[in-house]
Amino acid sequence: MGEVKSIRTLLAENPFFDGMSDAHLATMALCGKLVRFKAGEFLLREGEQAEHFFLVRQGEVAIESHVPAAGPLCVARVGAGGITGYSWLFPPHRNSFDSLALTDVAAVALAGQCLRDKAGADHELGYQLMKRFAQVMLDRLQTTRLRVLDIYANGRTTDAADG
Amino acid sequence: MRPTVETTSSMLPQPFRVLDTREEIPGCVTIRVKPADGSGGCGFAPGQFYMIYVFGHGEVPISVSGDPSNSAELIFTVMAVGSITRALCALTSGDTIGLRGPFGSAWPVDALKGRDVLVMAGGLGLAPLRPSIYQMLHKRSDYGGLAILYGTRQPQSIVFPQELADWRKDASIEVEVTVDNAGREWMGKVGVVTELLSGRTIDRASTSALICGPEIMMRFSAYALIDLGVAADNIYVSMERNMKCALKMCGRCQYGPYFICDDGPVFSFDRVERLFKVRSL
Repeated sequence: MGEVKSIRTLLAENPFFDGMSDAHLATMALCGKLVRFKAGEFLLREGEQAEHFFLVRQGEVAIESHVPAAGPLCVARVGAGGITGYSWLFPPHRNSFDSLALTDVAAVALAGQCLRDKAGADHELGYQLMKRFAQVMLDRLQTTRLRVLDIYANGRTTDAADG
Repeated sequence: MRPTVETTSSMLPQPFRVLDTREEIPGCVTIRVKPADGSGGCGFAPGQFYMIYVFGHGEVPISVSGDPSNSAELIFTVMAVGSITRALCALTSGDTIGLRGPFGSAWPVDALKGRDVLVMAGGLGLAPLRPSIYQMLHKRSDYGGLAILYGTRQPQSIVFPQELADWRKDASIEVEVTVDNAGREWMGKVGVVTELLSGRTIDRASTSALICGPEIMMRFSAYALIDLGVAADNIYVSMERNMKCALKMCGRCQYGPYFICDDGPVFSFDRVERLFKVRSL
């Protein structure tokens, strides 16, 4: 019970859950557990079943993919207060990227199946969760689009303008 | 906004001798020059540019990237993107080039005294901003908070890495560098430069921002700052267009009602915001 209370408090302290009701936080806490990873350990592995997402409490996590002949390539960093893991939300519930602990990491792991069941039984909880994840995913989508636009390239192939 | 520096508004390039060159990143070279006749007179204001003539190749506008307090020499950082800049990047110590300038408007560094300043740079955009950083650091106590937010593609494409590291050691400056992607050896941030604004507490009334980079980077950065409450007239951008005469005569660099060579390159964002939305410009 002590751990449930502790997780509920940790959820309440995370800005991601700002505005969420106490009842919903308590329900979600039932799906959570405290976890720790040593530097170099993986929170999530690409291609594996997406059973959890993580609220990072301490430490740094790299979101990576492995590029053949080039090795791991980091596409995002998640620090304290951040979230990693979205694949639990939608079928086929398979992780798309690795999440690697760059330092020792303390996190709250929330079980995807448990949350999906509770959101299915309480659609208000489902809406509140989906609203928050949609915002984070929109932010990530926008920044990903900026990267696709290659905003640091000026597109110049001649000396026509100021350099 | 108009700097009170002595300008050489002549069509005749003055000979300058290359002191040395240094490759910053592949295809990008920093060149240090001084007047070939040994005279001083290298004054400029941060953000201004010179027309650099590479004999036998042609003339190209390049912003000064050096310290404005050093009037004995000029420093330019050049990316090789065409025949003239390729020739510039191939210069060696002792070579001679022709310079006209300085031209254009400057970062309003003096007017920012007493304010918090956010310097946002993308890619090689750090080069035209560097003189403004030097000037603020020379009189650090005249300014409030100073943050340098720099984004580039990869750790290998960071320009002035040593200086960024030195600035980071200064507790009075906040330096954040982010890259689009990186290997595990990179311990900094990963993401686009606008993400460095996320979660940042800004005093809306007393914050000004200087932004330089490709136009799309400046556009997204300016709107991210406006979303945080920074007024458009407290955001400054450095524009670039095809400049030839640099004397507001040829019209090549016309940008709406402005000529970038003389009305710019530095503009407050409120003056050019509507032009950013004109797709044919």
